[in-house]
Amino acid sequence: MTMIFGVPLAVFMGQLMLGLINGAFYALLSLGLAVIFGLLKIINFAHGAQYMLGAFAAMLALEYLGINYWAALLLVPLVVGALGVVIERLVLRRIAHLDHLYGLLLTYGLALIFEGTLINIFGVSGSSYPTPEALQGGLNLGFMFLPTYRAWVLVAALVVCGGTWFIIERTRLGAYLRAGTENPALMQAFGVNVPQLITLTYGFGVALAAFAGVLAAPLYPVSPTMGSSLLIVVFAVVVIGGMGSILGAIITGLAMGLIEGLTKVYYPEAANTVIFLVMILVLLLRPSGLFGKEA
Amino acid sequence: MSQAAQTLGETPERDGAEMLRVSDLHAFYGESHILHGVDFDVKRGELVTLLGRNGAGRSTTLKAIMNMVGRRTGSIVINGTETLDMKPHRIPRLGVGYCPEERGIFSSLDVEENLLLPPTVRSGGMGLDEIYAMFPNLYERRRSQGTRLSGGEQQMLAMARILRTGARMLLLDEITEGLAPVIVQALGEVLIKLKERGMTIVLVEQNFRFAAPLADRHFVMEHGRIIEEISAAELPARREHLNTLLGV
Repeated sequence: MTMIFGVPLAVFMGQLMLGLINGAFYALLSLGLAVIFGLLKIINFAHGAQYMLGAFAAMLALEYLGINYWAALLLVPLVVGALGVVIERLVLRRIAHLDHLYGLLLTYGLALIFEGTLINIFGVSGSSYPTPEALQGGLNLGFMFLPTYRAWVLVAALVVCGGTWFIIERTRLGAYLRAGTENPALMQAFGVNVPQLITLTYGFGVALAAFAGVLAAPLYPVSPTMGSSLLIVVFAVVVIGGMGSILGAIITGLAMGLIEGLTKVYYPEAANTVIFLVMILVLLLRPSGLFGKEA
Repeated sequence: MSQAAQTLGETPERDGAEMLRVSDLHAFYGESHILHGVDFDVKRGELVTLLGRNGAGRSTTLKAIMNMVGRRTGSIVINGTETLDMKPHRIPRLGVGYCPEERGIFSSLDVEENLLLPPTVRSGGMGLDEIYAMFPNLYERRRSQGTRLSGGEQQMLAMARILRTGARMLLLDEITEGLAPVIVQALGEVLIKLKERGMTIVLVEQNFRFAAPLADRHFVMEHGRIIEEISAAELPARREHLNTLLGV
């Protein structure tokens, strides 16, 4: 059997693939955080809860409304994104003129409310969401067995990340966003409705989190606390990549997933902490992050 | 009144009609009261200047017209529409282009993206080709990051991008500030061309020698109000008086 540094190839590749899939979630979530931070300058602590709401909404939609996975993948981000729009309009906008720390505290409070409410109703133990039929089974890659659903998650996450990058870096709407980030007052003087742009951006960032939540539902137990544990890692990813950088969020997310996977192969004890070690190193050597602009 | 001023064929707007009327305009930044009852008017196709010493309230007047300051009272009528209660992003859509003193070139956008950024507010704006013909330097550097341009080129860019939008009235804040004489001269030629196209221009200017040959009328500001109006025809006779007012 082929060995890589004393580890069978199948194990090595298997962990790498698992890491890449975790990385896809890190990328999707840190991308949403980066998009929101760019224009609103708010660190959206509700992001994990909004991811969890995505998974929950998919599960409830299937259970009570018979809405299948594919429809949920489209509808849930819209619904949760609309909730984000409402949150921005009703709450975040009112504190936009205050120090950004207030936005962080407020979104953290919202996260606690979402989590607490769902724990009250459903308890903390997770439920499972069935893998859609078309994505059951797996592919034999020769050196490993890759479940079809995991391959799909990777592809879907990459397509959505790539699409978001394209919109922001290559389109007119993206130019509005980038310019609005730099000088919102001047954008208004050009006739751009900046408050509306901010609302939609927040809604879009929240929709990305919900999309990740639906993708995650068949993979992980759907529970009210699924987001808060993930969010801490995602914040570390964002710090490593550099706050506000779109491409940085995507690449760092995938890379950190891979590093985590590799650590699982060679030193499993450190697998849960390796990302934080990288974060400490980056903070010491390049405080603005790998892709962040130097202050 | 300038005879060069003429509207383009597609705009049925008459020359000499009132484009902007500011009456008893007060503006506040928080607690500080900056404008104390500004009154002036600008006719269509006219180029007027707001002159005065630093802190007289000239830049604030432009910002107040764009609703970029805190509270405002009084009246600002643009092209027949009262705008005092209008949201800031609605005002440009009346055909107003604003070029801020700090130029406001976006560093996250390249030159062409900067140029294409402001949304079209009305039809009849200049095409990209026309703009590049007017500002050849911008064409050569269209793929550069906006803020990597020289000061003069950034100023050209800041003006060029509001010409694309179809704005018929331009509010230009200190466009010659800190620029080499040859660039200032080029900007003067651009303003003459814009005037020939029928643009209405409000120019806040420190460099009176630049503004004097271009303007139809001059308004002198002091302590947040207009204290003097001098037409181009009156200028030679009142030059001494103006110099005293401006402290030059």
